[in-house]
Amino acid sequence: MNLNALWAYANPKKFIQTTEKVLPWVSVLAVVSLIVGLVWGFFFTPDDYRQGSTVKIIYLHVPSALMAINVWLMMLVTSLIWIVRRHHVSALAARAAAPIGAVMTVIALATGAIWGQPMWGTWWAWDPRLTSFLILFLFYLGYMALWEAIDNDDTAADLTSILCLVGSVFALLSRYAVNFWNQGLHQGASLSLDKEENVADVFWYPLLVCIAGFVLLFIALVLLRTRTEIRARRMRALLARERMG
Amino acid sequence: MIALLIRDLRLAMRAGGGFGLGLAFFLIVVTLVPFGVGPQSDLLARIASGILWLGALLSCLLSLDRILALDWEDGSLDLLATAPLPMEAIVTIKALAHWLTTGLPLVLAAPVFGLLLSLPAPGYMPLVVSLLLGTPALSVIGTFGAALTVGLKRGGLLLSLLVLPLYVPILIFGAEMARRGVDGLDYTTPLLMLAGITCGTIALLPFASAAVLKVNLR
Amino acid sequence: MMPDLGKYADAVLSSYAVSLVLLMVLVWLSVRRSKRIKAQLQDIEMKVKRNG
Repeated sequence: MNLNALWAYANPKKFIQTTEKVLPWVSVLAVVSLIVGLVWGFFFTPDDYRQGSTVKIIYLHVPSALMAINVWLMMLVTSLIWIVRRHHVSALAARAAAPIGAVMTVIALATGAIWGQPMWGTWWAWDPRLTSFLILFLFYLGYMALWEAIDNDDTAADLTSILCLVGSVFALLSRYAVNFWNQGLHQGASLSLDKEENVADVFWYPLLVCIAGFVLLFIALVLLRTRTEIRARRMRALLARERMG
Repeated sequence: MIALLIRDLRLAMRAGGGFGLGLAFFLIVVTLVPFGVGPQSDLLARIASGILWLGALLSCLLSLDRILALDWEDGSLDLLATAPLPMEAIVTIKALAHWLTTGLPLVLAAPVFGLLLSLPAPGYMPLVVSLLLGTPALSVIGTFGAALTVGLKRGGLLLSLLVLPLYVPILIFGAEMARRGVDGLDYTTPLLMLAGITCGTIALLPFASAAVLKVNLR
Repeated sequence: MMPDLGKYADAVLSSYAVSLVLLMVLVWLSVRRSKRIKAQLQDIEMKVKRNG
């Protein structure tokens, strides 16, 4: 496959046309897999022998936590594309993704708190992972606030992408700093390639479906929101021209 | 370059430049803490190093928007941009001037304020060293934040929101070092980490700040 | 039909409720803004066409 063909989708018009066709399918798939995954997880999985029924929270907690980090990574990539190749769609996609990432972070934190209450006996502990997620949430807030604050689209895109780059470095630093600062309550990686050690198959398959559902939901939302941003940008341009002429 | 540094320092010293304001704020924070947590000196001794670090960080934050805002308003930033000096150097000088007028006085005042909070005797040395190592990074990161928000009318609050998460690693290692010093533990690891982060920040972040400033001056 | 959640029923149900509500709000806001912007853009494009 010719990778260069991908850049064609950086053209806003082409992007709108293509996503017009893709979006309904992705949305339907997202909803279906979310329903299947969550229903499967909620109704048809046994209780864990140690954690009881709270293990069902995993179907929300793990996918949202995963997405909270991956959305930031996606923003990092699109920001880099904007800085290097200056495709507007790329910058707007980063803007569109940020609120989704923030909501994912909130879900991960909230379900984590609700899960932590019966398991660790506390809603909140300054555990490294909890703390890093809180910091990640602050990064999302700052990033979104900067987008909102600047009127000029190109300036805003430039500044936020640089902030995203610098923020990524510091978020990573914080992650390790926080690890050093306090030993945690969290189990080790609950999701890795050698999953047999941690999560049994009964829980694993519905979890996979849920993760797929969250990813698809994210894709659908990003496409939708990017389309909105493209239109909003075009609208601002037209209005500006109107006022000039 | 030296001329620019001297000019910045002189501007900061002059009335309204904000010199001493940070120090006064630091003093106020230190004064208010016992009202908040109670005057027992054993409790104060436990949290003194953390309070001093937080106070230093907040007073540093207070003066950040002054780094570039005044020069932006009267247009001297545009002049500087056309000067033969690279933007990276300008940003570094600005950060240095900010550190000399805000960070350094805080470091020097910290032992005195430590006295007020009954900081245990073995804690003084690591506290001062950690602040000495950490505050330059605070100034450099702050300059980055100031460059991001320089064109905005009400950038102050946004500036704090952008800069504070970036301060986290420095605060963690700095406060950890001071705390270990108080407890009489070995503090080489946080010392090295803090020094490493500061060096990396000073070396790399001016490029980002300069890029941001160029975008804002466009 | 409802599985027996034991003593942790509150925790499980509330975390599902919180997450679903948050997701729904996010989707709803995105769709609403998308529709509104689309309509506004159409308005403006019509106007521009008429004027120019």
